[in-house]
Amino acid sequence: MPFEKFNDTAVPLMASNIDTDQIIPARFLKATTRDGFGKNLFRDWRYDNQGNPKEDFVLNQNNYRGTILVVGENFGCGSSREHAAWALVDYGFKVVISTFFADIFKNNALNNGLLPIVTSKSNIEELVSEMDVDKDTSIEINLEEQTWSFVDRTIEFEINEFKKMCLLKGYSNMDYLASKNEAINNFENEHIYA
Amino acid sequence: MNNKGKTLFEKIWDEHVVENRAGFPDVFYIDRHFIHEVTSPQAFEGLRKAGKPVARPKQTIATADHNVPTLNQHLPIKEMLSKIQVETLTQNCKEFGIELFGLGHQHQGIVHVIGPELGITQPGMTIVCGDSHTSTHGAFGSIAFGIGTSEVEQVLATQCLLQNRPKTMKIEINGELGKGVLSKDIILYIISKISTAGATGYFVEYTGSAIRALSMEARMTICNMSIEMGARGGMIAPDEVTFSYLKGKVHAPKGEEWNSKMEYWKTLYSDEDAQFDVEISYRAEDIQPMITYGTNPGMGIGISDVIPQDNGNGDISSAMNYMNLNAGQELLGQKIDYVFIGSCTNSRIEDLRLVADFVKGKRKAEGVNVWIVPGSKLVEKQAIEEGLDKIFIEAGFELRQPGCSACLAMNEDKVPAGKYCVSTSNRNFEGRQGPGSRTFLASPLTAAAAAVTGVISDVRTLIKDESYAI
Ligand code: SF4
Repeated sequence: MPFEKFNDTAVPLMASNIDTDQIIPARFLKATTRDGFGKNLFRDWRYDNQGNPKEDFVLNQNNYRGTILVVGENFGCGSSREHAAWALVDYGFKVVISTFFADIFKNNALNNGLLPIVTSKSNIEELVSEMDVDKDTSIEINLEEQTWSFVDRTIEFEINEFKKMCLLKGYSNMDYLASKNEAINNFENEHIYA
Repeated sequence: MNNKGKTLFEKIWDEHVVENRAGFPDVFYIDRHFIHEVTSPQAFEGLRKAGKPVARPKQTIATADHNVPTLNQHLPIKEMLSKIQVETLTQNCKEFGIELFGLGHQHQGIVHVIGPELGITQPGMTIVCGDSHTSTHGAFGSIAFGIGTSEVEQVLATQCLLQNRPKTMKIEINGELGKGVLSKDIILYIISKISTAGATGYFVEYTGSAIRALSMEARMTICNMSIEMGARGGMIAPDEVTFSYLKGKVHAPKGEEWNSKMEYWKTLYSDEDAQFDVEISYRAEDIQPMITYGTNPGMGIGISDVIPQDNGNGDISSAMNYMNLNAGQELLGQKIDYVFIGSCTNSRIEDLRLVADFVKGKRKAEGVNVWIVPGSKLVEKQAIEEGLDKIFIEAGFELRQPGCSACLAMNEDKVPAGKYCVSTSNRNFEGRQGPGSRTFLASPLTAAAAAVTGVISDVRTLIKDESYAI
């Protein structure tokens, strides 16, 4: 699915170092399909051990909604489980904004059409203080231009050219690799471990 | 003219680039691919939907480890979802022609333990697995890193990945380790200094006399935890220690092939004039037995230090709240409930030998549960052959069967909420060892010391000689 320009509100979750075990605890990794992980997204922060929603957790409050997740520093560290990206996407998020993403998580997100936007701490703080005043602050995400905007601010972000092209065109790494069949075969003819 | 030397990483990387095109990531060839039951089913599902075969089935090896019981492995798995997941792996391997070391197989075990011990992991290779601790295999001088399930599918379908070349970092440790200080302490020390994101975007090479002096298994422990400082992977140049470890292993090259591989392996080191993007060095003498106090692996201190107000590794107050500890307090004497000796970080035969040596003739403290979970069937077999099992039983420890176990608590091996566990694994995240569990990461010796005293203890005060300095 091509990633198009859109406007939406955001959900702030300002903890830093949110690791993949928080995003989707290991005990929920027993599925053999990609579906349904959203209901256990941030499971142990969202529900107590009786399975009741914790009122103080942002996803359980009605005041913040939207498909943009704003988080603290170093998001997605820990495991390589793609289930973390699946859970965020399945829950409905399309963009995560942080100061920093762990490598594997970033790849996994991009491979699932979830856009990780890296920006400065002060930009995030500014957005969050706008949201404190108006929880329905609208944010525009423009991948083509590599910008995101709110109120009267427009901020640029970096993204790998190839990944940008993939997202915009709904093209995947697999499509690209599959077109390299011949080069791979040739390579193998001379390669020590093939 | 650019005639500067290459780093070990660059040598292996360049050797594996199928295509390099400006503005595009490299088409990067993968020599060995390990899969397990948790991160592979959706990849096979994808292949099936697209009607694609596995391109090079002989280059992929499967094992069941993450989600298997560690008791009564000969019986059917009781938990339904786990059973389905393990059966799905078996089914997929059969359908796509992949060799599987499933439950009950003599070579089954944690993926990062079996690759090396079977000689599948070799210097100069590129190795991937849908598991972040794939970095372990870098100890042989290979480029090894964890990938997501979409990438597992890409490797299955094409034997390649799309990769942008990471930056390089050299971490040098010179000097001699003190008694009771193990390679686990080295890596916990490094992470506490660099932070959990300090090496993000880098591939790390560990060098220096303290690294050279380590056994192959101890080197694996270091490379294993590279990911905990954000690194894509970690590696150590192969040397005589590596070659003699590999010689004679089941899948290691034999005869003429051994000689020709050796020729290649001997070229695998960073040239003297090679340049790293970042270089850091530490002194082995500064490293004490380490322990973590918080909820990420960067929150670590020397065993006799006090918990700092802030070491720059994340939110100390929420960590203290979760752990029910206080900044400024010391950990020595802290009561513990569980000890877990296992995981791909520290479940190899040397780890078990060290623990057995230490606990021989001692008994676990009252009220402490001690689980020893060998990394593989081969480790388990050897432990039994050497009589280590008897030492453990006499000490009141429980020797279980191979698997990831309480490292990630996907199976029933969970530390109960609120309980403290000294663990030789690699992650102390909230809930990692079970919802509400509180983890202290440490070396196998520090874990064994806690098991017999019932509290966090400085193992150096409990051993007499220098013989533990491996
Ligand atoms: S032992 Fe732990 S870290 Fe290692 S592969 Fe298993 S779950 Fe991952």
